[in-house]
Amino acid sequence: MTVFFSQLINGLSLGSIYALIALGYSMVYGIILLLNFAHGDVIMVGAYMSWFVMNQLGLGPVTAVCATILTCTLLGVVIEKIAYTPLRSAPRISLLITAIGVSFFLEYTAELVMGSGAKVIPSYYDNKTFYLGKVPLGLTSIITLVVTVLSMLVLTFLVQKTKLGKAMRAVSEDMDAARLMGINVNSTISFTFAVGSALAGIGSVLYCCSYPQATPTMGSMLGLKAFVAAVLGGIGSIPGAMVGGIVIGLCECFVSAIGLSAWKDAVTFAILIIVLLFKPTGFLGRKVQEKV
Amino acid sequence: MNKNRKTLKMPVRYLMNAVLVVLLFLALSYMTGNMLSTYQNKVLMTVGINIILAVSLNVATGYLGQLPLGHAGFMAVGAYTCALFTKYSPLPDGVSFAIGLALGAVMAGLFGVLIGVPALRLTGDYLAILTLGFGEIIRITLNNIDDVLGYSLFYGSKGLKNIPKYSNFANVFLCVVITCFLIHAMMKSRHGRAVLAIRDNEIAAESCGIQTTYYKVMAFAFSAAFAGLAGGLYACYIGVLNPSTFGFMKSIEILVMVVLGGMGSMLGSILSATVLTILPEATRSFDSYRMVIYSLVLVLMMIFRPGGLLGSYDFSMSRIVEKVMNGELFHKKNADKEGADHE
Amino acid sequence: MKNMISRRNFLAAAGVVAAAGVLTACGGSSSTAASTAAASGSTAAAASGDTIKVGVMGPLSGNVSVYGQAVVNGATLYLKQVNANGGINGKQIEILTEDEQGDATQAVNCFTKMVDEGMTALIGDVTTTPTLAVVAESADYNMPMVTASATAEAVTYDAETDTVNANVFRATFTDPFQGIKMADYAYQKLGYTKAAVIFKKGADYNEGLAENFVNEFESLGGTIVDQESYSEGDVDFKTQLTTILGKDPETVFCPNYYEEVGQILSQAESVGLTVPFLGGDGWDGLEGYATNDQLKDTYFCANYAKGSNAEFEDAYKAEYGEEYPNGFSPLGYDAAKTVVYGLQAAEDAGLEAGTDDYKQAVIDAIASGTIDGITGTFTFDEHHDPVKQTAILTYVDGKPVLKEMF
Repeated sequence: MTVFFSQLINGLSLGSIYALIALGYSMVYGIILLLNFAHGDVIMVGAYMSWFVMNQLGLGPVTAVCATILTCTLLGVVIEKIAYTPLRSAPRISLLITAIGVSFFLEYTAELVMGSGAKVIPSYYDNKTFYLGKVPLGLTSIITLVVTVLSMLVLTFLVQKTKLGKAMRAVSEDMDAARLMGINVNSTISFTFAVGSALAGIGSVLYCCSYPQATPTMGSMLGLKAFVAAVLGGIGSIPGAMVGGIVIGLCECFVSAIGLSAWKDAVTFAILIIVLLFKPTGFLGRKVQEKV
Repeated sequence: MNKNRKTLKMPVRYLMNAVLVVLLFLALSYMTGNMLSTYQNKVLMTVGINIILAVSLNVATGYLGQLPLGHAGFMAVGAYTCALFTKYSPLPDGVSFAIGLALGAVMAGLFGVLIGVPALRLTGDYLAILTLGFGEIIRITLNNIDDVLGYSLFYGSKGLKNIPKYSNFANVFLCVVITCFLIHAMMKSRHGRAVLAIRDNEIAAESCGIQTTYYKVMAFAFSAAFAGLAGGLYACYIGVLNPSTFGFMKSIEILVMVVLGGMGSMLGSILSATVLTILPEATRSFDSYRMVIYSLVLVLMMIFRPGGLLGSYDFSMSRIVEKVMNGELFHKKNADKEGADHE
Repeated sequence: MKNMISRRNFLAAAGVVAAAGVLTACGGSSSTAASTAAASGSTAAAASGDTIKVGVMGPLSGNVSVYGQAVVNGATLYLKQVNANGGINGKQIEILTEDEQGDATQAVNCFTKMVDEGMTALIGDVTTTPTLAVVAESADYNMPMVTASATAEAVTYDAETDTVNANVFRATFTDPFQGIKMADYAYQKLGYTKAAVIFKKGADYNEGLAENFVNEFESLGGTIVDQESYSEGDVDFKTQLTTILGKDPETVFCPNYYEEVGQILSQAESVGLTVPFLGGDGWDGLEGYATNDQLKDTYFCANYAKGSNAEFEDAYKAEYGEEYPNGFSPLGYDAAKTVVYGLQAAEDAGLEAGTDDYKQAVIDAIASGTIDGITGTFTFDEHHDPVKQTAILTYVDGKPVLKEMF
């Protein structure tokens, strides 16, 4: 039973990282229907930033966290301005190819600059382990879970209760109508990217707390898993991303726990395929009717 | 359209193209025998295999307008099928290779149907992710299947070795010709027009009575089958197979070729596959920049020339000859969409 | 319209012609390959002149470039030293370097390119799959090749056909050898009887070590309480480690590369698994990836014990401006040493570079020779694997220290 609860905690902490990244994915997808492949790679750049600030400049963890989140936010907006804005009216397939291109550009530039070896990120704080009975509970797991839930709440508030949130919802509903209503569509989309990428920055820091290494390809699988989580929960839905992330995390943990770790990724993709085929809107998404 | 315009008869067209192919083959095989080194020969064979891959992906991407990201998975299916058959078959070399290639293509085509039926109910991003997922599942399965079977057949990460090396310039060239011809013939047929109609407007196509699901799956399976053929050639070229060769990266590499050449242009795919295979060889010292440049090309192409370098233009010998016959070669005229009589 | 050939008939006819074409094309394949090989052999001989061309290949870019660069740097360092000391019998070595990006197709292309350029012997390849592809290709040329780091048994010995790849040697020990050594060491020297294993699945090196460790440990009378695995690209090992913790082993064998070992060790600590870990030569380079506490009482086997040859380490630092990155560099150095040993014998015999006799002389010399390398003095057994002692290392204050030779 101890093992079971330990695995549950492992799954929850892994799942909440997926959830946080899935939130960013979901926001961007919700507004311009773009599958932002580069999202995972923004996290990778953030991880290198943390390493650079703490290891190379020798500054403290607080500076590192701020620098990481700021870098990710800026990077997200820059990517949107350079690569996605010119393609606003292009077919979806062009957007998708661009996103793949940006993702690979970030990965291989990182490899060129940083080399393919892993960089060790110094720990942000002393990790303590608490014991609930016999079940070990790491401080990192607690922080990850709390930050993710907080981010979700703040995001829900932002989207549902503020003026900007209203603008975001309007743009995602109908871009042209929103423009006619006097909403600045471009800046709203940029703002969405900024928020999504800031979440990626937070995700990057949390990720590095649990897995303190930065490699050029760390973002690609992570991004895909997060996307699977977003689809599972219902893409575009904020609580959905949270639910999806946790489910994927738990699922991976229990597949590994029963000794099928080699098939873990296959199971994740199989879940995605089944969900897409039988309930493409996910757990909490809503159906969009295709117009003729 | 001008009724007096002189046109070529079909047999003449086929004959003309056949002669061109034979001439190209003779020229290239003379070069491989006399002027090119072993290394250049190997590169030429890689070019051939990549052409088949690019042209086959072009069916799904360019003609059908979908974005499958699991093309390497189909290649893996074909490669492993062909490798296992040729390795264990007691038949004479040539027969066993021909059957192996055919089996590889058929098997990959079957997987194409298997994956296409569910995948093609979706479109766009979802289809891309779904095929990516299937591609990964194929790779993971190849890696771990021996444990489940309890018998060493695929050898997983240890590598499937001792595959007979049957591939040579002549048979790779032949396969390229067959691939291009069959795809061209398919696209010029009623079925091909149906596929193009679906790409341009699926709902309109459906309301015209085209069975969209049937044609989508057919085009998808066609695309997969030729990827399988390329896989078979690759297996018998390299001699050792490992599932990690057929990862997501491979699919992207093929996609870059198609996008660069122009989605929907067979000539574009052929040219860009050739250039993108030879160029990195020529600039080996420049290698660490290769992938950075590839990815930049993807982004820049989409922003500035989303149709690819050649758009949907296709070379047609007969069209040029007809123009010469009509004395209109140098007049910019809106030539009738003749299509890809490339060979 | 009646005299037009219908598309369907044409397709059928084309199909028949094509099938016939494949058949005839295959028939001619073997003879053309042989003749081009022979032709390039003679041009190679003419081209070599006063220098001896040695090929060095490895993944210098791509995601395994850490290992490739280490091997190529180590090998190049030795070849340069030979040149600085007057070369082989006065002939300078010309180094041909190629980057194969960790890809089998590229590796074969690189190999044939270097053959065309007049290569007389090859140092490479680095990782298993490309190496196997190069091995299959090199047999046609009987090209002497020494791989620094490909540990898979199949590189030098084909179990399926029970043949030794006559032209291939390796400088590192094999997967089975390391797995067995560590099992012996754990059971006999350290006195462990209950062990668990965590290894990367889908990677030949890790699987090979784990499998042989398990077999040997059980045949000695020990118990393997749990075998856990993960896949390429995984970063979360907590689940597997928690399962291992539940089975209560005395030690965990972790035959993976140092970057992942670093993650595993720190996550083991966070789930409360504090037993000592054991590893293979992939651990070389681990310092900095794990804390001193996590490394306490760990043991691993290696070809080269860090600090045991100051001359090499200083020379590496002087040449490349950084410390040698991992255990691949000394192996690259010794692979180069092995090749030069063979070339020396062929030069002494006065053979013409690039000829079949020359290549055979290089191969024969290596097969029967004794190489005084920095990873130990070694000879080659009948499977062309090196026979040498294993260095068992442990960590003291986070630094690897030679415990003993075993």
